[in-house]
Amino acid sequence: MELKEKLVASYVAFESGIDIHTDIHEIRTNALRHFEKLGFPSKKLEAWKYTSLNSVLKQDYSLFPDNEIAIELADVKKYFIHDIDTYKIVFIDGKYSSFLSETTHDGMDVCLLSAAFRKPKYKVIIENYFNKIAKQDNLTSLNTAFASEGAFIHIPKNVEVEKPIQIINFTTGAENATMLQPRNLIVVEQNAHVQIIERHQSLTSNSVLTNAVAEIYVDRHATVDYYKIQNDSIHASLVDNVFIEQQSNSVCSVHTFSFGGNITRNNLNFYQKGEHIDSILKGITIIEGKQHVDHNTLVHHIAPNCESHQDYKGIYNERSTGVFNGKVLVNKEAQKTNAYQKNNNILMSNRATINAKPQLEIFADDVKCSHGCTIGQLDSDALFYMQQRGIPKKEARALLMYAFANTVLESVKIPEVKKRITKIIANKLAVNMGFDL
Amino acid sequence: MLKIENLHASVEDRAILKGINLEVKPGEVHAIMGPNGAGKSTMASVIAGNESYEMTEGVIELEGVDLADLAPEERAHQGVFLSFQYPVEIPGVSVTNFIKTAINENRKAKGLGDMPAKDLLKKIREKSALLEIDRKFLSRSLNEGFSGGEKKRNEIFQMAMLEPKLAILDETDSGLDIDALRIVASGVNKLKSKDNAVIIITHYQRLLDYIKPDFVHVLYDGKIVKSGDASLALELEEKGYDWIKELV
Repeated sequence: MELKEKLVASYVAFESGIDIHTDIHEIRTNALRHFEKLGFPSKKLEAWKYTSLNSVLKQDYSLFPDNEIAIELADVKKYFIHDIDTYKIVFIDGKYSSFLSETTHDGMDVCLLSAAFRKPKYKVIIENYFNKIAKQDNLTSLNTAFASEGAFIHIPKNVEVEKPIQIINFTTGAENATMLQPRNLIVVEQNAHVQIIERHQSLTSNSVLTNAVAEIYVDRHATVDYYKIQNDSIHASLVDNVFIEQQSNSVCSVHTFSFGGNITRNNLNFYQKGEHIDSILKGITIIEGKQHVDHNTLVHHIAPNCESHQDYKGIYNERSTGVFNGKVLVNKEAQKTNAYQKNNNILMSNRATINAKPQLEIFADDVKCSHGCTIGQLDSDALFYMQQRGIPKKEARALLMYAFANTVLESVKIPEVKKRITKIIANKLAVNMGFDL
Repeated sequence: MLKIENLHASVEDRAILKGINLEVKPGEVHAIMGPNGAGKSTMASVIAGNESYEMTEGVIELEGVDLADLAPEERAHQGVFLSFQYPVEIPGVSVTNFIKTAINENRKAKGLGDMPAKDLLKKIREKSALLEIDRKFLSRSLNEGFSGGEKKRNEIFQMAMLEPKLAILDETDSGLDIDALRIVASGVNKLKSKDNAVIIITHYQRLLDYIKPDFVHVLYDGKIVKSGDASLALELEEKGYDWIKELV
């Protein structure tokens, strides 16, 4: 059976495990119909021209893995940012792991979407925010249809969360290929401040397909810093659909570090609903083998006097392929918009490919919008210079790549995250950088 | 220390160096002068092992070690240092981190461990003072946005940190104002010892007022056509290079 049919057919089984007499379930059922009509995206769609999911859709996925698998902390500790105190929301095969998690309801909610669906006190929030900004496209609809578990984070007005929150999705998939559809809802109220670190990590050599959706609401004067660490096994594919709505004077940054995975597609959408908003989208991609990373970004400037800053760096080794499709949309009303977009790529081999496609649609007449895109190789003069100082070619290349990526690292606000990313980069390049940040 | 015999080199099949012979002994300062396009910078690049140039014939030895088949970093480990005419900008790597990496890679090649942080800092302090380099400068990205003078001073600072046996200064005086020239020259003079040697590549004799050469060689069309003592540089300054062309 094709995956689409299998998913649709499994809906009855899915319903048997949840409360279907709710408004949410009506949303789900509508979403399923929508997905049924649209099916999976094909390369015929402009937005999917350079990324084909065909190979991953062929797998026979287990859709609702129900065997409870215990993971020893010692075995997975390395996937956490563990040298600082954090809240943790951890899922194993889509199921909440209370053992590995550290949640809270003390002055804020760092917990589970399933709980928020169930408990009356969250009814208003769910009604106001669930599935309000998520697009009605094929994969988001598919996620919505099966939305039942994920992280739920609610930070009330004026709360500055004193430690970062980690959201980690482990997949064990001991017997089967596994498909997961985590759904996160993050509501950050006025003048609140939160930092979130997210990771999807497969612990199996079986195939994994994750179709994640997150809705993030950033109210007036609030600040959200989001870090995505994508350093998964080569058998794990990820479609990460993120929708962010910002209100006036808010700042939201998303850093996406794509270092590994089979096919990784990041759909990152920002909607600026007020004035004096700053949206920051940054990414470092370093991949090799036949890995594929696709960054599909949208910044929608709806109101005047806002800024957006995009800076994506990519290093593609061997036969890896990349896509950067960055769209900036400026409404007629969004005067005095400042939108910057930068996308720089280095191809380390003749067989690596990058498709870069900046798109600017500007309907206002008093704006500053700039975009720059480069594709090149490592500078041979710089390599010779470094070698002349005694730095071997391999290390010199690594140092140059590190330096190339560094402008993105500089804006990471959690030192331990910065350190971890540097370490992953050093490991990837198989060198000891010889210095800390 | 350095022995060059019958050195031929070409770039993209175009012969640039056409049989150079040169011997440099420890403690000596040699100046290589010559008109534009004579092959001066090529000679420096070939000694340092730049792979853009092909050494087609001849011998380059440093203290008896054949350099011809060594990679640029291996030549550096043997003690060759080239101060670049156009130092490369490397955004994202600070001067300090760069020099730290370079020093530790050189130590690694000699089977030594990393230089202890304390020693490294002390050395950095000492050598940056020697070249009147502001400490703030050291945390800036390597050569990025540096003025011409700052770049050249930074080259000599790295030379001071790495303590090479053979330093080749390629047009180090170009882009320097008189104060920077004085600082750079006095730095080089202080680093000179009976155990190391310096080759100064220059178009003008200005730098040679400050760093006194023991020998001056005139390079023309890929060959050394005349050698002499420091007075040759003055003669060139006065008469230009045209009379040299007539010698050939």
